[in-house]
Amino acid sequence: MTVLLQLLFQGVGIGAVYALVALGFVLIYRATNVVNFAQGQFAVVGAYGMVVTTADLGLPYWLGILITLAVMALFGALFNLGVYYPLRNRSFLPVVISTIGASIFITNIILGVYGPEPSMLAPMLDAPGISLGNLFLDAQYLTIIAVTLALVALQYLFFEHTLLGKRMQAVSQDKEMASLLGIKVGWMIMLTFIYSAMLGGIAGILVAPILFVSVGLGGQIALKAFAATIIGGFGDVPGAIVGGIAIGVIETFGAYYISVPYKDAFAFIVLFAFLLLRPSGLFGEKVSQKA
Amino acid sequence: MSPRARTLVYVVAAALAVALVLALPLGEYLVKLLLQAASYAIAVLGLTVLLGYTGQISLAQAAFFGLGAYGVALGTTTLGLGFLAALILGLVVATLFGIALGSSTLKLGGHYLAMVTISFQQILTLVLTNWISVTGGPDGIRNIARPHLPGIDFENNQVYLAACLALLFAVGGLVALLKSRRLGLAMQAVRDNELAAGVVGINTFRVKIIAFALSALLGGLGGGMFAGAFRYISPDQFAFDDSVVLLTMVLLGGVEAAIGAAIGAGLLILLPEWLRFLKQFYLAVYGAAVILIMVFLPAGIWGLFSRHRVWKPAAPIGPLELDIEAAAGTLLSVRGLAKHFGGVRAVDGVDLDIAQGSVHALIGPNGSGKTTLLNVLSGIYRPTAGSITLNARAVAGLAPHVLAAAGIGRTFQNIRLFHSLSALDNVIIGAERPGSGIAHRAAATARALAALGFVGMAERAGELAASLPYGHQRLVEIARALAGHPVLLLLDEPAAGLNLTEKQELVELLKRLRGHGLTILLIEHDMDLVEQVADRITVLNFGRHIADGSPAEVLRHPEVIAAYLGEVPSHEAA
Repeated sequence: MTVLLQLLFQGVGIGAVYALVALGFVLIYRATNVVNFAQGQFAVVGAYGMVVTTADLGLPYWLGILITLAVMALFGALFNLGVYYPLRNRSFLPVVISTIGASIFITNIILGVYGPEPSMLAPMLDAPGISLGNLFLDAQYLTIIAVTLALVALQYLFFEHTLLGKRMQAVSQDKEMASLLGIKVGWMIMLTFIYSAMLGGIAGILVAPILFVSVGLGGQIALKAFAATIIGGFGDVPGAIVGGIAIGVIETFGAYYISVPYKDAFAFIVLFAFLLLRPSGLFGEKVSQKA
Repeated sequence: MSPRARTLVYVVAAALAVALVLALPLGEYLVKLLLQAASYAIAVLGLTVLLGYTGQISLAQAAFFGLGAYGVALGTTTLGLGFLAALILGLVVATLFGIALGSSTLKLGGHYLAMVTISFQQILTLVLTNWISVTGGPDGIRNIARPHLPGIDFENNQVYLAACLALLFAVGGLVALLKSRRLGLAMQAVRDNELAAGVVGINTFRVKIIAFALSALLGGLGGGMFAGAFRYISPDQFAFDDSVVLLTMVLLGGVEAAIGAAIGAGLLILLPEWLRFLKQFYLAVYGAAVILIMVFLPAGIWGLFSRHRVWKPAAPIGPLELDIEAAAGTLLSVRGLAKHFGGVRAVDGVDLDIAQGSVHALIGPNGSGKTTLLNVLSGIYRPTAGSITLNARAVAGLAPHVLAAAGIGRTFQNIRLFHSLSALDNVIIGAERPGSGIAHRAAATARALAALGFVGMAERAGELAASLPYGHQRLVEIARALAGHPVLLLLDEPAAGLNLTEKQELVELLKRLRGHGLTILLIEHDMDLVEQVADRITVLNFGRHIADGSPAEVLRHPEVIAAYLGEVPSHEAA
């Protein structure tokens, strides 16, 4: 029983990271109908932001986080201008390939500067964690879960209870209509990219102390986050969160009970099953073609 | 140049290139680069078929490349097979996986398909890395054998390269030929407009599976040649990143033409060599190049050189054979037909009889279920309830291509042409529908030209569908349906968006069609047009039919007037 709970705790913790990246995916997808294959690199940039500020420059942790978030915001804006904006009127495929190009670009810039050796990052809190009987709740995992919960709550309040949030929702539902109502669609999309990059950055900041920081991090996180969005139902915000946590739990249990080398395969096997049996996911994106 | 002359030039050029590779002192390093480029190019040709022709994305081409490579590697080492037997083993495995992956397109497209292929790619990489007892794990497999043929020294790299090039030319030629063949046109139809492709008689699911199978086959072929070329393979050569590279190659070279695959593969194998001075940043430049290509070269490098050449038909155009041995009676009979979307009853228990050889108009206010009814009749939607009988055959719920084969042709309210094909190719696809009785391309072309001539568009046969003005696109769409020799033609608001002259021409066209005895079901808002051509009118409102009869009767019917003018029907007022 203890083992079960311990695994569940760790699964939810890592799943929360997937959920944050998945959330970034979904927000960009809803605003632009584009699947951003560089979403995982957002997390990598965030993690390296922490390496640069706290490990290399020796700044305090809180300042490192603030600087990294500011950099992420700028990064999201540049990403929009360089990768999405020039292709905004083209079909799905060129934009997807362009985001893949961006992901190769970002990965190799970081690889060129930092090399393939992973960097280590100190945990956020000094306390190691809390013991509950035989159960040990690691402080970093607790932080991840708490931050994710807080972000999800904030995001809900923002989208449902502020005018800006409602404008952004309007853009994601019908760009043409939104622009006729005087909403500046280009700016709303810009904001979406900025926010989504910051979400990815936060995921990177949170996950950096658990996993070694390396460029390889991005690809794996992104693919699992993508899997999470499909399991949850493409384009669905609660679905992305549930899907992310589900993937984290599944792979943690799979690694413990079935096979460690195939840990990364479980997410994809579950994904395959969903795609073939229930492509609309748990919460269902409605897809229909009109003649 | 005639097609025959072009083939001859191609074969001679290919033979020359192969001879040059054998004769010139190329140096070991260049030979290795060319070996890599040639084997990649074969795999990229698979993507030309899948992505370029059929419009289906795959981020797993490196996986198929790997399956072919591991087939040759394991076949010639562990299993002790000859090269050819091992290659065939690899191709069979790759193709079977291709078919399995293609089956997922029954339900999925776009980003879902991207995700399925990525998952497949990731799982294969994990298996190749971790199934050490079979694949050798991360260490890979050494001492892969090359083919043995008496008199040919394949152990010499340059000779093996010549063989790879010959294979590349052969495959490239076949892929180029495929484009104008029936299958190739069907693929492009699926890419341009899948819904319309089904309605003109293409089994879209089958076409997509074939495209996936061909793509996997060529991926495996490239991989098999690659394994023989370098005699050592390891899992990291067939990872997700390599799938991205292969995809980039096809997009860079040009996705529309087979030659694009060769350009893209050649360039991207050589580019890193040229970028080597950038040291560790060369892949970053590569990534940036991908974005720039997408922004500035949407049709790839080959797209800069290829133009659609507009031509006019030279041969005299024959008359269009339309007449059906008309047995008097009811052609199409609909009983209790319903189509519900969740709680919305778009069509709710409609009865309809269409007499052989009549023009039957279906009218009703917006949202009354007319187009939904047409979509059910042409198989795009499955009916929720009810029966449809065509020539005494129950056809409710059949797939669009099956209904097309049964003789139902249609046009769409928002025109659905295959926009990147010529007007003639659009209509040829219509003429080649299963069951049209046309066996070969020459007959299909003649019939397509005749159909274009019938609607007055023969002069513009050689123009791109997308470049035609709106009214002409409507006519081409009608010609596409007519070329399939339909027994029943469904027209969805053919007059929408036409100007007065074009409308009058449309009326004349419809009258000529009626004169030939073709049965037509027509949705139209233009009452003037309906009165001129219709023999009978059915009126729908809120998914139910409220009146039925000759134009004169129906247009005086109080419920019809109420539906259109919004008066309260007398029986409700009472």
